Amino acid sequence: MHFGIFGVGDVARDPLSGRTPTEHERIKALVEYAKLAEDVGLDVFAIGEHHNPPFVPSSPTTLLGHIAARTERILLSTSTTLITTNDPVKIAEDYAMLQHLADGRVDLMLGRGNTGPVYPWFGQDIRNGIELAVENYALLHRLWREDVVDWTGRFRTPLQGFTSTPRPLGGVPPFVWHASIRSPEIAEQAAYYGDGFFHNNLFWPKEHVRRLVDLYRSRFEHYGHGPADHAVVGLAAHLFVRRNSQDAVREFRPYFDGSAAYGNGPSLEDTMAQTAVVVGSPQQVIERVLAYRENAGGDYQRQLFNVDGIGVPHRTVLEQIESLGEIVPVLRKEFARSRPAHVPDAPVHPSVGAAAGLAGAEGGR
Amino acid sequence: MKRTLAVVSAGLRLPSTTRMLADRLTDGVRAELEGRGAQVDVEVVEVRDHAHDLVNHLMAGYPSPGLGRAFDAVTAADGLIVVTPTFTASYSGLFKMFFECLEDTALVDKPVLTAATGGTGRHSLVLEHAVRPLFAYLRAVVVPTAVFAATDDWGYGSGDTQDPLVRRIGRAARELADAVARREAPTVEDPHDGLVPFARLLEGGE
Repeated sequence: MHFGIFGVGDVARDPLSGRTPTEHERIKALVEYAKLAEDVGLDVFAIGEHHNPPFVPSSPTTLLGHIAARTERILLSTSTTLITTNDPVKIAEDYAMLQHLADGRVDLMLGRGNTGPVYPWFGQDIRNGIELAVENYALLHRLWREDVVDWTGRFRTPLQGFTSTPRPLGGVPPFVWHASIRSPEIAEQAAYYGDGFFHNNLFWPKEHVRRLVDLYRSRFEHYGHGPADHAVVGLAAHLFVRRNSQDAVREFRPYFDGSAAYGNGPSLEDTMAQTAVVVGSPQQVIERVLAYRENAGGDYQRQLFNVDGIGVPHRTVLEQIESLGEIVPVLRKEFARSRPAHVPDAPVHPSVGAAAGLAGAEGGR
Repeated sequence: MKRTLAVVSAGLRLPSTTRMLADRLTDGVRAELEGRGAQVDVEVVEVRDHAHDLVNHLMAGYPSPGLGRAFDAVTAADGLIVVTPTFTASYSGLFKMFFECLEDTALVDKPVLTAATGGTGRHSLVLEHAVRPLFAYLRAVVVPTAVFAATDDWGYGSGDTQDPLVRRIGRAARELADAVARREAPTVEDPHDGLVPFARLLEGGE
């Protein structure tokens, strides 16, 4: 099972100090978080993609390429890559290049994006969101698996005799997760290809999370990729942890209340009860995360934590990652205790599995 | 046959004339449906009980468990009675928020009786210029008679069948009961069940 951190790279004012970091500070901080995540033994660093302020990561492969050069072991991923408004040819090229530079330490999570104007800015129509995700991924899937592609579709100019270079490392494309909060079509897409399904359960009540994951698992089996509990599931959580739970709640509340994502809505307590916002002591975090198997319909493969953004200061974010370094080994042990042997491991590229000496590690499917 | 009636009442005070009108309409529709041999279950949603949860729903994008149950009751009902006070020449903001947060397909083909309260009869067209278009947008089947009760209307002799409000309630109740009786119980759409197989998604099918 993979544990890691993810974020969307928002530049937000710290409501306590009143200070807003510069874009430069925020970008450099992201690199530092990735390095520390590797140092404390986490498996994944993932970054989102946005094309509007207050977000900095418009160019994820540049950032991840730099991090690849400064790390050795941690997997680099996205949260998410916009499959609707990016040219699938450019995604195929950029992420294959990144995969080579990172020696296979790359996978990606595809999402549609929910910022309305990004669609027209990139020449698309948000009403075609699902159709764009379906068609663009169908092309991306072929570009990574067929050396020469002829293509005609609805949304991009046709291709005749096109070869996407570089070819995927060792002929094995990066593993793909399809992310959605409430669209059955995306669960169906992930199931059809036998790819992973990631639910960002920060923003949706847990009983709905379970329904969508169950749908993905049953359709995964329907399409012949194996039994439902061989499907590859990832979940998110927003984390704030301190030695004692009252300190965690007291310190996190002003960031929660002041944030664009959470503020002026349901209280911190209600949000914690209904969604995967986890604020408390290490033991509380461990208990909450272990219970996510309920939302995931069984054992799952990837758990990502959001620890930065919404104005939480740099030093505090580093402390959160340090805490994860202590929490994750316990989670690994506890998850492993009851995990059936036939449930697949988290997917990694064969070259990563070989380097880590992981016999039988799942290669990119 | 069992039929369910949902009532959405958006009065702010307790007791409220909006709820009084809602109860009169409910009694009328219940009697009409029972006269047609139906057993009637009534589910009343007091919007004021969900006031904070409605703001939270708009901010967070998902309902609290209690608000979710209110939406489920409205969505599954065979017929719906809605009653709003008239505020600043329209329905109240809270009344509108309830229907903004409800799934936009929840009322498709659902018989709806619209009603409003206000200080004087001068506001009565609020039902025609504000409330009816809202439910037309949601593709509900709004019965022809809408019921407006001004403060004065509560001064007539109670139960007097010549009382214009009582007559109007009776006519609206018959219309809603007829519309309910003509229809099968609604099928509540579950997006997880109405799944489009991927082969059709690939062909660009809906």
